[in-house]
Amino acid sequence: MSAVATPRRTPSGPRRSKLGWNVLGLLVFVTAGFPVYWMLNTAFKPAKDAIDPDPSLFPTGVTLDNFRRALDIADFWGPVGRSLIVSLSVVVIGIVVGMLAALAISRFAFRGRKIVIVGILAVQMVPLVAMIIPVFLLLNDLDQYDRLSGLVITYLTFVLPFTVWTLRGFIVNIPKELEEAAMVDGCSRTGAFLRVVFPLLAPGMVATSVYAFIQAWNEYLYALMLMSQKNQTATVWLGNFTTKHGTEYAPMMAGATMMAVPIVVLFLIVQRKMAAGLTAGAVKG
Amino acid sequence: MSAADTTTPTKAPPARQASPPAVPRAPRRRRAPGGSAVPWALLAPCLLILALVMGYPLVRLVTLSFQKFGQSQLWGFQPAESVGLDNFTKVLGDSEFWSVVLRTIIFAGGSVVFTMVAGMLIALLLQRVSGWVKTLVNIALVAGWGMPIIVATTVFKWLFDSDYGVFNAVLSKLPGVDMVGHNWFASGPQGLAVIMLLVVWGAVPFVVITLSAGLTQVPQELEEAARLDGAGSWGVFRYVTLPILKPIVVMLTTLSVIWDMGVFPQVFVMRGGHPEAEFQLLTTYSYDRAFVVNDYAQGSAIALLTVLLLLGVVAVYMRQMLKIGEVE
Repeated sequence: MSAVATPRRTPSGPRRSKLGWNVLGLLVFVTAGFPVYWMLNTAFKPAKDAIDPDPSLFPTGVTLDNFRRALDIADFWGPVGRSLIVSLSVVVIGIVVGMLAALAISRFAFRGRKIVIVGILAVQMVPLVAMIIPVFLLLNDLDQYDRLSGLVITYLTFVLPFTVWTLRGFIVNIPKELEEAAMVDGCSRTGAFLRVVFPLLAPGMVATSVYAFIQAWNEYLYALMLMSQKNQTATVWLGNFTTKHGTEYAPMMAGATMMAVPIVVLFLIVQRKMAAGLTAGAVKG
Repeated sequence: MSAADTTTPTKAPPARQASPPAVPRAPRRRRAPGGSAVPWALLAPCLLILALVMGYPLVRLVTLSFQKFGQSQLWGFQPAESVGLDNFTKVLGDSEFWSVVLRTIIFAGGSVVFTMVAGMLIALLLQRVSGWVKTLVNIALVAGWGMPIIVATTVFKWLFDSDYGVFNAVLSKLPGVDMVGHNWFASGPQGLAVIMLLVVWGAVPFVVITLSAGLTQVPQELEEAARLDGAGSWGVFRYVTLPILKPIVVMLTTLSVIWDMGVFPQVFVMRGGHPEAEFQLLTTYSYDRAFVVNDYAQGSAIALLTVLLLLGVVAVYMRQMLKIGEVE
């Protein structure tokens, strides 16, 4: 039908045909957004409204009590502080080390390059869960069990391959000719990189850092397995709302909100850039 | 280097007249086989870290699965002794293991199919909606994507709560449906369906955003040409859009398989840290053997079998990524 209509579309045609698509789009919006909406809605509801068997879809009263309660439960700032320390350390190491490796892969032709790429990518394939047992034993041997530093080195297993691969994507998108031109003008190879490539790479590096930060911040399994109760991180902290008396859902949603909102905002800022980095070369290939 | 300078002029002169700067010559010089110490020096820190935190545990995973390794070996009271293939024969001879494998394949397969189909449909839809609808959908998707898995799991647990969950309440408003007090987690298949929904909900945004980025690179002229030649919407998609997107689709599908085979916190947290037998997937099963039964060796054997199961898929993915890496 549309195939016939397309060639002689009147100006009002496309607009009218958009209505149906827009309705569908709004449906997707509501479906995809509902869990987030329900988290926020419950977080700001009085706790007794949260346990109404016939919940109202729209907020009736707004309160901050749930947030107060969430902050009280088993110390909120300790776990958040630990998560911050771990995630920031992972980002710094991951970006510096990953950048060097990404440069090697994207700007040099050398024997063994293929094997290195396969190796780094293969690491990403191994599910974290498969590794808990030996990682647990390794940290035990290194006396790093139940230590933030131990958590940092284990997080590098999944953050490093990721930073190498995405930074590679960003570097590849910067034309080699720019570097070469700088070198013709008398820059050394390092100088050309620092003065020409590095500034162009900065946005990509910021996006990669934020994304790596989020990955480290969100990790749950290792944090649960490798840290004791007194050293728990933010993700594990969220489990504290479930006791043998049941789950305190309203404060739990307040806790979830506090954990999710900063991350989601960071994410919104960098996601466009990230998609570009992740798919760099994918279509051209 | 100087050798290259002296040999190139034979071909260079005509080019040099056309374009004054000598730029085109530089890459050829750089590609020379010498100086391979630099890339290795750049790679060294990365490779060292990965060897320590990934290589060593991987080797340990393999050796562990051929040993007897329980609590007393962990604390060093007894040395770990080799038991050959014992762990594997025990695992493979257990009918429960095979039902877990089957369940995992159905679960991961279903999640991947739903994720890819929904992702593709939404990506195509986003091309057709008005700007403001696109923005709204993107915000909802990114909010879901950025949400920590653990937060999403907690929220879904709340949505599907048997007594106060909004899902039951809304469903019950439909005529003839009474889901009040329905416990979704009383049965494995229903509970896993809820968990699959959670996994798909969390995975779709990445697929949509990546595919949308890919769709912008599909030349408009090609689609228009196909349309003029009489192709319908499906034909255009099947013969023009999809082939161009194929590399991305392959990449996304393989990544999804890897991630969905590795689903752990979703099940673990949903079931309060103790998934029942009919909720066990390979990941939780391996965890269970290692840390609940305290048989680290059998847990490792199961983990290793999971990795092997994934290898087939990984091979496909690797080829794709290598192709991308080759083109630079």
